Amino acid sequence: MKINRRRFLLASAVAGGGLLIGYAATRPSKHRRANDTLASGSERYLTSFLKIDANNQITIYVPHAEMGQGIHTSLAMMAADELDANWEQVTIEQAPAIDLFANGELVKGFAGELGLPGFLTGLVNFSAVTVAQIMNLQITGGSSSVRFTGEGGMRPAGAAARQMLIQCAADSWGVPASECSTALSQVHHNSSGRSLAYGELASAAAELEPPADVSLKNPDQFTLMGRPLPRRDIPAKVDGSALYGIDAHSDDMLYAAIRLAPVFGTRLVSVDPGEALNQRGVLRIVELEDSVAVVADNFWRAKRALAMVGARFEASEYDDTSSDSLYAHFDEQLASDDGSKDFETGDVNSALAAADDTVEAGYRVPYLAHAAMEPMNCTVHFRPDGKLDLWTSTQDALGIKGRVASVADVPIDDVNFHHVYLGGGFGRRLPFTWNVIDHATLIAKEFAVPVKTVFSREDDMQQDYYRPAVASNFRAAFDAQGNVTAWHNRFTGPIQVPGAAHIPYAIPNQSIRVVDVDTHVPIASWRSVDHSQQTFFIESFIDELAHRAGKNPYQMRMELLRDHPRHQHVLEVAANAAGFGKNLPEGRALGLAIQESFGSVVAEVAEVSLDENFRPRVHKVTCAIDCGRTINPDTVEAQVESGIVFGLTAALYGEITVEKGRVAEGNFPDYEMVRLATTPEIQVHVVESGEALGGLGEPATPPITAAVTNALYVLTGQRVRQLPLKNHDFSQGTPVARV
Amino acid sequence: MATLKINGTVYELDIEPDMPLLWALRDELGLTGTKFGCGIGNCGACTVHVNGAPVRSCSTPVNAVEGQEVTTIEGLSQPAPGTAAATPALSAVQQAWIDHQVPQCGYCQSGMIMAVSALLANNPSPSDAEIDSSITNICRCGAYTRIKRAIHALASA
Repeated sequence: MKINRRRFLLASAVAGGGLLIGYAATRPSKHRRANDTLASGSERYLTSFLKIDANNQITIYVPHAEMGQGIHTSLAMMAADELDANWEQVTIEQAPAIDLFANGELVKGFAGELGLPGFLTGLVNFSAVTVAQIMNLQITGGSSSVRFTGEGGMRPAGAAARQMLIQCAADSWGVPASECSTALSQVHHNSSGRSLAYGELASAAAELEPPADVSLKNPDQFTLMGRPLPRRDIPAKVDGSALYGIDAHSDDMLYAAIRLAPVFGTRLVSVDPGEALNQRGVLRIVELEDSVAVVADNFWRAKRALAMVGARFEASEYDDTSSDSLYAHFDEQLASDDGSKDFETGDVNSALAAADDTVEAGYRVPYLAHAAMEPMNCTVHFRPDGKLDLWTSTQDALGIKGRVASVADVPIDDVNFHHVYLGGGFGRRLPFTWNVIDHATLIAKEFAVPVKTVFSREDDMQQDYYRPAVASNFRAAFDAQGNVTAWHNRFTGPIQVPGAAHIPYAIPNQSIRVVDVDTHVPIASWRSVDHSQQTFFIESFIDELAHRAGKNPYQMRMELLRDHPRHQHVLEVAANAAGFGKNLPEGRALGLAIQESFGSVVAEVAEVSLDENFRPRVHKVTCAIDCGRTINPDTVEAQVESGIVFGLTAALYGEITVEKGRVAEGNFPDYEMVRLATTPEIQVHVVESGEALGGLGEPATPPITAAVTNALYVLTGQRVRQLPLKNHDFSQGTPVARV
Repeated sequence: MATLKINGTVYELDIEPDMPLLWALRDELGLTGTKFGCGIGNCGACTVHVNGAPVRSCSTPVNAVEGQEVTTIEGLSQPAPGTAAATPALSAVQQAWIDHQVPQCGYCQSGMIMAVSALLANNPSPSDAEIDSSITNICRCGAYTRIKRAIHALASA
């Protein structure tokens, strides 16, 4: 496989809720800067991504955040494999939060040629972010790390380094490079039996200009990729030694508890300190534009004193806004506005007019919180020398650093970012969701010691940037032969990830349009972004059409997927493995759903029953995923299991309710999670199609909801068109006859 | 003043008797392996052992555990005989967590490991129903399939 340099620099457009990478790892100017920035002692950098020292120790720098997706290990495997490194001598380090590792170089590269990716364009529009700001991000999201940093950066970096090491060895032996081979961090000259370790060659290799073109391995040459290697971040996560943002600690540290305006977008009017300042350990009450905080020498003391503080926030035009009023607004907008085109083909109106039968349905999903296990937090230290130390769990180290610098009004280079693990991300820790970051910085500015600002679970849930609530209306037409001839869909926007509402089904006339609605509830990316809701809508409605037509939902999908063999294959694998169509125990039913997102195609089959209280119980989920190839198969399985549980939690329980302009739910009892007892058996079937690498962090989340609700329809005859399932009464259901 | 015995060490802490154990551990002693998740004893991220029993430290005041043996994740592994205390051997549960590649983000796993360790110490071969009713900790990453697998492997070992 040949990758040319220009392509390597540009190969990083991103579909989704995040982005890119692919640094100019072998570009000469970057190469020199890498040397200046990172080299020390006997170490010589061969590319921006890895270094080899004289002792044969190889360090691979990973410019992405580890939040449980195993990305440090997977990306290092990609570089180490191409390098033919001895994995036992490879260490993985988080790349520093400096612009050398920013995504921006790449954005600049393809912006001229392809235009900005939709994700960035969306950000530019909705939060007045400038392109210049985007250049200084270092994002982990959009299920993009392996696909773009790995394929476009890590592998070429490893391969380039290997080529340079071979060249050095060949030169020193006076033989052609083509006679040399590599394995386990050594170059061999087979006919003479000579060998040199990479460490012995590293200094000389660093003097070479990195090659403009590198050859990557074919999959049959891989030695690490495709093997289930243990994740390197796991040992520290079983003994309490892994440090997360919230674990920043020093003896002189202060702690802030904060109360933000409960109605989004309102300002603080006045504060009554009550007895707060007389409490033990309390140092100060800090008033900010939209919040009040208590700073104490222990978080519990700060939180307790904050409860004694009276705070008045300004009245707002949203004080009477509720979920119901928002949904009514959505319905009005959908009724009065035909929106803007998302995708259209054929002539839907004629097909509807000529229909033998039509079906209509309206769907809706609520707002959702991220609820990462590590509540949002940020620690900032304004040091006496004018510089800042910063600790926070983030999906964008460089962006956060820039944000803190601008809020603190110091140069970005004066902010020292300490890398930590993330106690969950799921989109909450992406850029432009700044609330805890800004507050922590402004609070800490008043002190000369580190101040850690921590959201309580209630703050975390009530001051999130939510998965949007969305309404979606459908109409479809059948001709006299029972063929689906029209697909008419109007849903509320904004669209965050383009394409999520598009369908893979061969329906000749389609009109899919989005009606943007504006609410005061802040929204952001939530694991799988638009796919989480759109897949529920599409895969439920297509199921409705199958039942209406008297067709088997699997058979009808297979027929309509005739233009998408990859989808057909994945659906077939999942359906066969789950025994779709075979007899099940009394009281159980199967439902299925499929979606392509972030470059992977995923089909899921859920086996569902009702418990003695008529609550849905998901026993088993059979999943087939085509993500092209696997880098670390064990990580693939783990991410699929994770994505399914995350989606199932939303399907069963997930609902953020707006009352009086604010969020009603406060803690886990109100926002329940799937736990051990409610986790289904999960079976994962990986389809290695050899297609381009697909993402993994998100694609397993979208299909699960419709798989479950489609099974519930078979069980009860009740079509679930609104989530979550906890709001539904299934006690009166009647099973549907199988087709 | 509270006298706490944590991982075998006695600490005299000048703190309020109603301070939750979690915040004494984290903010007063810097033992940050025990995590804050919900503050109301619901999610289990803050689970520690008190005399071997699993306790949610965010809703347990320090005066309730004075004079008792508190064990945190940092104290779960014991130094192997003849080795330096700095390199303690992992407990069987911790090792199973590595063998089965359980943690994802890992934030809840301190509490999860403490809860599972207490369950297995008390009931070495729990049934599925016993596991489900004892281990109610939340893992937002959904590592439950592996947690169950690791527990079963430990139970049959």
